[in-house]
Amino acid sequence: MQGNVASAEGALAAGCRFFGGYPITPSTEVAERMASRMPKAGGVFVQMEDEIASIAAVIGASWTGKKAMTATSGPGFSLMMENLGFAVMTETPLVVVNIQRGGPSTGQPTMSAQGDMLQCRYGSHGDIGIVALAPNSVQEMHDLTVKAFNLAERLRCPAFLMADEHIGHMRERIDLPDTVEVVDRTQLEPGTLPFAAGPGLVPGFPTFGKGHRVHVTGLTHDERGYPATTDPEVHAALVERLVRKVEGARREIADYVVTNPDAEVVFVCYGAPSRAVAQLVADKPDEGIGVLRLRLVWPFPEHALAEFSNATAFIVPEQNLGQIASEVERHTDLPVVPVPKLGGELHTPAELARVYEGVRR
Amino acid sequence: MSFEDWLRADRLPHIWCSGCSNGTILNCTMAAVDMMDWDPDRTVVVSGIGCSSRAAGYVEADSLHTTHGRALAFATGVKLAEPSLNVVVFTGDGDLAAIGGNHFIHACRRNIDLTVVCMNNLIYGMTGGQGSPTTPLGALSTTTPYGAAEPAFDLAALAVAAGANYVARWTSYHVRELEKAVKAGLETPGLSFIEVRAGCPTNYGRKNRIREATDQLEQFRTRSMLKVKYDRLVAEGKPVPHDAIVVGEFVRRSNPAMGVAP
Ligand SMILES: Cc1ncc(C[n+]2csc(CCOP(=O)(O)OP(=O)(O)O)c2C)c(N)n1
Ligand code: SF4
Repeated sequence: MQGNVASAEGALAAGCRFFGGYPITPSTEVAERMASRMPKAGGVFVQMEDEIASIAAVIGASWTGKKAMTATSGPGFSLMMENLGFAVMTETPLVVVNIQRGGPSTGQPTMSAQGDMLQCRYGSHGDIGIVALAPNSVQEMHDLTVKAFNLAERLRCPAFLMADEHIGHMRERIDLPDTVEVVDRTQLEPGTLPFAAGPGLVPGFPTFGKGHRVHVTGLTHDERGYPATTDPEVHAALVERLVRKVEGARREIADYVVTNPDAEVVFVCYGAPSRAVAQLVADKPDEGIGVLRLRLVWPFPEHALAEFSNATAFIVPEQNLGQIASEVERHTDLPVVPVPKLGGELHTPAELARVYEGVRR
Repeated sequence: MSFEDWLRADRLPHIWCSGCSNGTILNCTMAAVDMMDWDPDRTVVVSGIGCSSRAAGYVEADSLHTTHGRALAFATGVKLAEPSLNVVVFTGDGDLAAIGGNHFIHACRRNIDLTVVCMNNLIYGMTGGQGSPTTPLGALSTTTPYGAAEPAFDLAALAVAAGANYVARWTSYHVRELEKAVKAGLETPGLSFIEVRAGCPTNYGRKNRIREATDQLEQFRTRSMLKVKYDRLVAEGKPVPHDAIVVGEFVRRSNPAMGVAP
């Protein structure tokens, strides 16, 4: 099965029943799969007029209680930024699959990249809290799409599947489980204010059409949902809660794989480059090379670096100029060596071996 | 019920300036909704950004006050995901026809079952009186200090051409006609578009020598011409006043529509 198709299947398994999208390479197969599968699953597929409309429709659908998603790549992702901030502000659960391609601009439509890792975290204006996952196999395209839905529903925020073209277009055999673990958003209890912090700082969800008569606005709002745009305390409390509800779940939702925790030299990687790292580790079994592979990149699991108590350096291969390397740097005093690779080709194990040898010496 | 039961008492007073048409248009719209006997618990009001779009927040129903220009795209998601909900959209001329122009024509093309009320005050009210795509040639605004040099959109004609099933234009002077038009829109499956010429004394009026809200209403009264009459004059080759506001029903048809409740 192809990675993009596996993501669509994961979404359906997680309960997604609304897909709004706009074609863009290399993500289009997600939409095409949804177009054929959604009607049979009792859901809705709609091809919108652009990506701004796609994410808007997804948010609208989510407020009716449907699990909703879209899929895109760089240019479309850029167009979504304003409404993604609206989703953060209004605490709308939704999933965006971004099959990353070379940017900036139209860049390399058919080539792989990881250039949107900071954009997904910081791209919308204001302080925001979001979740981002990074699959490195077709199986994970499925499994982490399910997980993205579960985290979006639980934390009531956008969750991103930040894949890259390599993984999206890769074909591998996968296991499609009969059932998957599914989290549904907690409904608002009657008599409770719609935007008052509930457990984990997340309010209950006042689904449209259920008699809550809720007002949902992207303006700064009080716990009733009413605009309160000039009250500094209301604004600070709201934005801090929106960020803290996600950042505060950091340890609990962290998802990473540790290899050789006694290692001195440790690769920190995610997505396609982690496959080249895995090859290098397999090629040099006696070296005990350390690997921290992130399946969940945001909120960044900074505590995971401490799993390597003998670490002397971190090497971070990415298909960008060091976006997550700079995040690693923020959380360690040890040397951090970015291994950027632009252009769309994978790092080779030989390239990584050279960097590794240089660092180990 | 009456239209007042459809308003959130705890949100008053509203933010609109005295003499603004938006309140009248909100009342007429909710009076029409009230005549439909809709359940407020199954009604959703969606809007974009602008003075006009604040209307959504005053309605006692589920309301979604979205981003500038995108109300129709959000409403499309709501209505397609849950066709059994009744969905009304409030928007302004800038919201609908400038930043949201693409969503406007596509919502009309899809003929999605929404009723869209556009408070067309020929200006950007909320941001302090800049020109909009409906500002008439020569009219003054803060960004057209020498008079608007761009031709304006005819929103009703645009909606007809793009495929909406019901299109009407009235002004805030025509409260009875407006109420009826909104009701006809609510009853028509598919996209219903009601353009309401609105007065903005604070920005448009002040710049364009329409000093009092009553002057604006007087202008609406005297300049409005029924569409049937206008069409007849044109067909007969007779002159029509250049500043005529053509009001009435532009189209009512039953083309295939999306998002209609089963
Ligand atoms: C993306 C974006 N651009 C610009 C604005 C600023 N803005 C707010 S309201 C508005 C114009 C509103 O005009 P209109 O839709 O005609 O509504 P009115 O206030 O006249 O009722 C603008 C430009 C914004 N909120 N978002
Ligand atoms: S600025 Fe104009 S449109 Fe806005 S509330 Fe005042 S009168 Fe109405």
